[in-house]
Amino acid sequence: MTNEEYLPLILLADDDPDYLFQMKFALEKGGFRVITAESMDEAELILEKDHPKLAIFDLMMERDDAGFILSYHAKKKHPGMPVILLTAVTAETGRQFGSNLPGADGWIKADLYLEKGLHPDQLIEHIKSLLSH
Amino acid sequence: MLKVLVVDDEPGIRSGIDRILSKFTVGYPFMDEDIGYTVYEASTGEEAIRIFHDNPPDIALLDNKLPGMGGVEVLEYIKRNQLNIEVMMITSFASLELAVKATNIGAYDFVPKPFTPQELRSSMENITKHLFLKRMTQKMNKEGKQIRFQFLSVLSHELKNPLNSIEGYLRMMQERQAGDQIASYDEMIDRAIARIKGMRVLIMDLLDLTKIESGKKNREMQQTDLVKIARISCETMGPMAIQMEVDIQLNSPEEFNVMADAEELEIILNNLISNAVKYNKVGGKVICTLKTVNNKLIIEVEDTGIGIPEDDIPTLFREFVRIRQKETKHIMGSGLGLSIVKRLIDLYDGTIEVESHPGKGSIFRVVLPVII
Repeated sequence: MTNEEYLPLILLADDDPDYLFQMKFALEKGGFRVITAESMDEAELILEKDHPKLAIFDLMMERDDAGFILSYHAKKKHPGMPVILLTAVTAETGRQFGSNLPGADGWIKADLYLEKGLHPDQLIEHIKSLLSH
Repeated sequence: MLKVLVVDDEPGIRSGIDRILSKFTVGYPFMDEDIGYTVYEASTGEEAIRIFHDNPPDIALLDNKLPGMGGVEVLEYIKRNQLNIEVMMITSFASLELAVKATNIGAYDFVPKPFTPQELRSSMENITKHLFLKRMTQKMNKEGKQIRFQFLSVLSHELKNPLNSIEGYLRMMQERQAGDQIASYDEMIDRAIARIKGMRVLIMDLLDLTKIESGKKNREMQQTDLVKIARISCETMGPMAIQMEVDIQLNSPEEFNVMADAEELEIILNNLISNAVKYNKVGGKVICTLKTVNNKLIIEVEDTGIGIPEDDIPTLFREFVRIRQKETKHIMGSGLGLSIVKRLIDLYDGTIEVESHPGKGSIFRVVLPVII
């Protein structure tokens, strides 16, 4: 039996409680511990206290740029912690968006951008690969 | 003030027009202020075109017979470059041919020379009113489109979010993510149903709003007993109030007949009372008071809830504005209730005001000038 304490802790921030419920469920099944935040404040507090191994931020929460701000703070506090930004940008605008964007590298601090509709299994693959580096 | 450029090679005509227009104003009964004119001058067509770019006028009075390029050519220049300038031609002799040509190219009007001050004034009045209405229409269309676009983009979000989460729960079940026991999915099913309920409320509110907006709501103004409606509203909220241990009181006479549309009063009361319960504290109170002051109907709904921060009060009645607070995160709402209430109250030329003390509660006070 795995001792739960040793499972990597993941911070998941999104303002939709149902999305949090669903992702938490999937990630826990995938072998992670999950701590959720419904607001930027909550997420900042968790970053301070709980030292997650990886953080997943929704881009748009109470502010449209919440995800950017959170990744910036997260990277400042824990430079080694991978950050995934989840966006619905492609679904909403038909345009892709990410670190491959010219000029985005400098100021967007996330390691990976993923679309929100992504299947949890694939998200778990991405998480595992980021954590193995 | 409208800027008028007089383009004429005769100095006497230019100063004459200046004199006539400097003392002349045009107004509509519904306008706060009359429109006056600032007049400036050009003696040739070439000079006029330079001025169009440096200091463009609202209206150009164009003499046709000019030394260099003619008035019609200046007019053609304005149209070709799509300058936002209205043109009135001054024709040296009343030539029908010229007038027809100028009108075809896009001159608004023409005055034959010589003209009396009165002739000039009445032509100016026409072109000014035309310009005013044209600009108002443009402005209203633009604002209307913008508001509509914003509304639709927020609305599509509000409709898509619950669909996404319901789809998520169904996929979890489809993939048997919690095993083969249906009981393991109880919470997911409850959550999905809650989102469906929220969506239904949103759609119902949206229908109310569209009916009011389009003016297609059939209003039936008749003697209506407000107390009866208020009692029904309080009863409707009963189950939620019991859950929250909130006590609802109704302060009113036995009967209170007003001339109004019963359905509209019901929507107003339902929204105010349900908010007062929803945003209350466990063990709190809601007091609904119906009374008359100075022959006006007053509806007051007071709660002992979480209150509204002062900064948020000005936006409270806008569509899809839901004040984000820790305490309101889990309370369901379409974000349309108060905007519907406001629109209905507007139909009666009434007012609604809010008094709120964060942490202590709020009072919503509606004043309706209805026949009692």
